[in-house]
Amino acid sequence: MSAVEDLFAGTRAEGRAALVGYLPAGYPSVDGSVELLSAMVEGGCDLLEIGVPYSDPVMDGPTIQAAADTALRAGFRLRDVFTVVERVAAAGGRAMVMTYYNPVLRYGVDAFARDFASAGGLGLITPDLIPDEADEWLAASDAHGLDRTFLVAPSSSEERIESTARASRGFLYATSTMGVTGARDAVASAAPELVERCRRHTALAIGVGLGVRSAAQAAEVASFADGVIVGSAFVTAAERAGARGVRDLAAELAAGARGGATVGA
Amino acid sequence: MDVKASDGVAHPSEHDPDERGHFGRYGGRFVPEALIAALDELSVFYQKARADPDFLDELDRLQRDYTGRPSPLTDVPKLGEHAGGARILLKREDLNHTGSHKINNVLGQALLTKRMGKKRVIAETGAGQHGVATATACALLGLECVVYMGEVDTERQALNVARMRLLGATVIPVKTGSRTLKDAINEALRDWVTNVDETHYLLGTVAGPHPFPAMVRDFHRVIGMEARAQVLERVGRLPDAVAACVGGGSNAIGIFHAFIDDPGVRLVGFEPGGDGVETGRHGATLSEGSPGALHGAMSYLLQDEDGQTAESHSISAGLDYPGVGPEHALLKDLGRAEYTPVTDAEAMEAFALLCRTEGIIPAIESAHAIAGALRLGRELGPDAVILVNLSGRGDKDVDTAARWFGMIEGESAAEASGTAIAESDLSRGPTQDEPSPAGADTGAVQR
Ligand SMILES: Cc1ncc(COP(=O)(O)O)c(C=O)c1O
Repeated sequence: MSAVEDLFAGTRAEGRAALVGYLPAGYPSVDGSVELLSAMVEGGCDLLEIGVPYSDPVMDGPTIQAAADTALRAGFRLRDVFTVVERVAAAGGRAMVMTYYNPVLRYGVDAFARDFASAGGLGLITPDLIPDEADEWLAASDAHGLDRTFLVAPSSSEERIESTARASRGFLYATSTMGVTGARDAVASAAPELVERCRRHTALAIGVGLGVRSAAQAAEVASFADGVIVGSAFVTAAERAGARGVRDLAAELAAGARGGATVGA
Repeated sequence: MDVKASDGVAHPSEHDPDERGHFGRYGGRFVPEALIAALDELSVFYQKARADPDFLDELDRLQRDYTGRPSPLTDVPKLGEHAGGARILLKREDLNHTGSHKINNVLGQALLTKRMGKKRVIAETGAGQHGVATATACALLGLECVVYMGEVDTERQALNVARMRLLGATVIPVKTGSRTLKDAINEALRDWVTNVDETHYLLGTVAGPHPFPAMVRDFHRVIGMEARAQVLERVGRLPDAVAACVGGGSNAIGIFHAFIDDPGVRLVGFEPGGDGVETGRHGATLSEGSPGALHGAMSYLLQDEDGQTAESHSISAGLDYPGVGPEHALLKDLGRAEYTPVTDAEAMEAFALLCRTEGIIPAIESAHAIAGALRLGRELGPDAVILVNLSGRGDKDVDTAARWFGMIEGESAAEASGTAIAESDLSRGPTQDEPSPAGADTGAVQR
């Protein structure tokens, strides 16, 4: 069983969903992001999704775009992501990296996998790489023992859900709505149906993301998915209240992901 | 001439990508999974439409009665005198309705949009020509139209913003990143991911994910098919070289394609050299870039060591793009086409020359191809025949050009942002005309 599969087996055994928290590496600085990510772990994030800031993030809405911009303007370099992963892992965090494909291509797919694995990273989430184009990454992730999360969407056909799940390892990412990242008031109605469709094709854990920001939403997602993925809301919390902000948000969302026992919000 | 506008669509090319859209190692689909269903649907509808006589007839009718095809071929001997005496022939895409080649692709995709039952069209635009063509087709066919345009470009192509609005389109200035074409494409892709059910993304060049590079090319193949027949009829032989400007690469691939299997015909793409490639301020993607994935396809791009897209720079909004279509990447690697930069200054000099010698005001994009033809002529000599794709007309650029040449009232040439047309430059005959070193600012006041 892979590291991430192991993690989900654990949260499933506890009868709850895992909380997956996103933050870009290098936001607002390299040290600052390590501090924020560590606070997210303290607050209750089971898994971290560390973003690689990229110049053309077409799957991201304004909040994450702005954070990535801040990181790039502060001088973020791609190799910094390994530093961040290493330090967060040393502090007990379990980390995947979410990255658009071109930075990985440019670094060299195998070299990236090698350096990422030796920093203690568990796997990649690749929003603009579909398995059809991923031969190099499939080989590199096998060679370096990394997990790989591809995305499915409400518009995915049964065949594509099947083939995408088959190519994935660790967990499968279901985008709950058609759209880019950004906090929304309601969890889209398409999400439960998509998760159900996924379950017909795979035993992999299924994480649901795009739009979650409150404990109530986390509880709702936890009622049908194995992982609750939260991004923009963490960025906003970091902007407003730094480490304390993301720690508090993680605690609130973690309570939601536990099945909503404490959900009063 | 018996070329039909739909021929490039009806007759599959020998140089099609594989079924997943790969041109060699380039092309493919580097996009979010959420878009795959829409891209598959588009591929299916395109394949069905190209075999459907009703679709082809409708496209032919519009291209003839609305666009005004076939576009003429114009001999420009006075320009040729400045090109080592070579015979230069302009393929007049500037005379199409809406003023550029862009309409060829737009009509095709707009008809497909209707067939797919979608009611809303989005587009990106740099120079505004693709946006204007899209707004035009949407007005004609009753589709809602939203155009994303970088804020920098809305300023330098203000006339086209007004044209789009007159045609009923919504123009959204994009304020992220470099605020040019690259960022307009990002925003269009975000819109598409969100609204894909009812929206068609009418991409304006031969870039993006499969099937766009091959499909957009097919809609533009008419340019080269017509031009090839016209040159043969007029000159009695094939040209020695074909020149086009390259932004995303649609007008270039459109004219090149008919000559790919004619080994004696050089295919030369002229890229925006901006301030000169040595300054780093340019958009010469194929000349200076490296392979990578951007905007849905593997191709060449301008990027830094970390794979972050570099900002491009060009006086020409339509060429100011750090990516390029994947088929050009393959043609470059195969050595079948050559790509080389032309600076802002060199393009503007050619712009002025075409205005004064032939009474044709070209788009600044197309002026890069004219500058290229001048170079090719000087290299190949007086027996050479050079076909140039005059991809668009320069109405939209009058303000930029007037500033460049110091023609704005109250602004002297020295204060103006660009070079002035020196009188000596205009009276300069062919005998005085020295071969111009690449990128040199011959005869004009240095900036
Ligand atoms: C007149 C004209 N030529 C060329 C271009 C560049 O596009 P492409 O390289 O796709 O032909 C544009 C784009 O706006 C244009 O308006």
